[in-house]
Amino acid sequence: MFDQISLLLNDYTFQIVALGTGFLGLLSGVVGTYATLRKESLLGDALSHAALPGIGIGFILIQRKELSVLLLGALVSGLIATVIIQTMSKKTVVKLDSALSLILSSFFGLGLVILTSIQNNPNAQQAGLSNFIFGQASAMLLSDVQLIGVVGVVLLALVGLFWKEFKVFTFDPMFGQTLGFSGKIIESLMSTMIVVTIILGLESVGVILISALLIGPSVAARQWTDRLSIVIVLAAVVGFVSGVTGTFISSMGARIPTGPSIVVVVSSFVFFSLFFSPKRGIIAKHYAYKKRQKVFMKHIQSLEE
Amino acid sequence: MEHKKAIAINHLTVAYDAKPVLWDISCGFNEGHLTAIIGPNGAGKSTLIKSMLSFIQPITGTIDFTVSGEQKVPYKKVKNKIAYVPQNTTVDWDFPATVLDVVLMGRYGHLGWLKRPGKKDKDVAKQMLLKVGLPTFASRQISQLSGGQRQRVFLARALAQEADIYIMDEPLSGVDMKTERIIMKLLKRLVKKGKTVIVVHHDLQTVEEYFDNVVFINQEVIAQGPIQTAFTKENIDKTYHQDRNLGEGEG
Repeated sequence: MFDQISLLLNDYTFQIVALGTGFLGLLSGVVGTYATLRKESLLGDALSHAALPGIGIGFILIQRKELSVLLLGALVSGLIATVIIQTMSKKTVVKLDSALSLILSSFFGLGLVILTSIQNNPNAQQAGLSNFIFGQASAMLLSDVQLIGVVGVVLLALVGLFWKEFKVFTFDPMFGQTLGFSGKIIESLMSTMIVVTIILGLESVGVILISALLIGPSVAARQWTDRLSIVIVLAAVVGFVSGVTGTFISSMGARIPTGPSIVVVVSSFVFFSLFFSPKRGIIAKHYAYKKRQKVFMKHIQSLEE
Repeated sequence: MEHKKAIAINHLTVAYDAKPVLWDISCGFNEGHLTAIIGPNGAGKSTLIKSMLSFIQPITGTIDFTVSGEQKVPYKKVKNKIAYVPQNTTVDWDFPATVLDVVLMGRYGHLGWLKRPGKKDKDVAKQMLLKVGLPTFASRQISQLSGGQRQRVFLARALAQEADIYIMDEPLSGVDMKTERIIMKLLKRLVKKGKTVIVVHHDLQTVEEYFDNVVFINQEVIAQGPIQTAFTKENIDKTYHQDRNLGEGEG
């Protein structure tokens, strides 16, 4: 057992892949904090599911696995879906949540149809297109990891640069506009960051579960602190650890997809935080209530006597 | 003599769908005065201030601003001279921020893109917290505030903008008497310093006590002018007239 672990940890491919998913988790934690605070987490879910047909069509067009083309396809179909969702909820009687789940599942269904029909093509099997559904980090190449690294550094720099603008537009976008900042620029910048992060994670985490990696770290982090900067740092740490640990678990077992194992780790962080965090946690709140009750009961009794 | 107008609205018409919300509105807000915008629910009061702040594109009409150093210019040119206090229910108060963080946002406009608030901005923010009666609240988490305290934090944020014109959407709704008094005292002090304050107001009882001027709105401008001449029973009746068939008889 231990031999197996140390063998894995020293394996160059594993190191590269774990670094990739770790950095991806870090990025998701940071960018996802804005998504959850802006209440846009469901939109991320819809976008990622809707990316699947784009991957299939991208492959049909060039007949080989060229990651940049597949991700471009994913981006286009994801964006088409978001436009449809927003138009539906604004221009028709369909409510946003219905529009979201309808488009999410219909695009995902379309994606599965396309993917299954091109599975007969031996090229497609080799390309491992089905990896995009649940994610397979081991399919990542060094160049993929480099791509995540470069894009990630750019995204983090944007967060640092536009720190105060992002903050005010996340908290109170109307007020932000009256300050003279262009809401269009800042809000589309934030949305683009979320979209890019999702697209980057499609190969390793998969279209179904990437949104959990986006939401989970920030939800867990929020439980431990009341400061935005610390929420973001903690979310980054949780995302990183989840990415690495998930990849490790997936590499240990036989053919466990990476997406699910990463998400299981993220969820453990979330549930642990929801229960055990010192101020906002369920247990802490319960004891605080009991304590208050005791104090007041004593008070009431003393009044009655 | 005609008083100098900080905001002049000319023939403004706004519609969301086929139905106009504001119809041919022409009115002005006196510089250095405290003006109430009064009207029933759905009369277009919020729409009017949202049009002033360019959140809504009107179908026709113009809105000109006159502030220190600028004469009759569009909103875009004087954004930083205008402070907006939205209703405090429009944001999520569980956002991870302290009271000081929120008040500091009032300084962002002066800082411009990318620059971070410095010590001077923090001093201004703290000073404004003192003015609204929350000097010890700087490091308090915003989720722990009461409704009245939230409103005062929003007011402090607007004060931190050090603007010439203050536009407020029902700052007194849902706050207790103590907060109401603190807020009104502050607004009167602003006006004394020559600032222009415009307040969407709901409570007819307090209009005479609180304001200099009044604009009655119900889709159209029903009446406007100084409280002494414009705040009459006749104008109130005219403004709320449309609701009368819902029950209240002519009496």
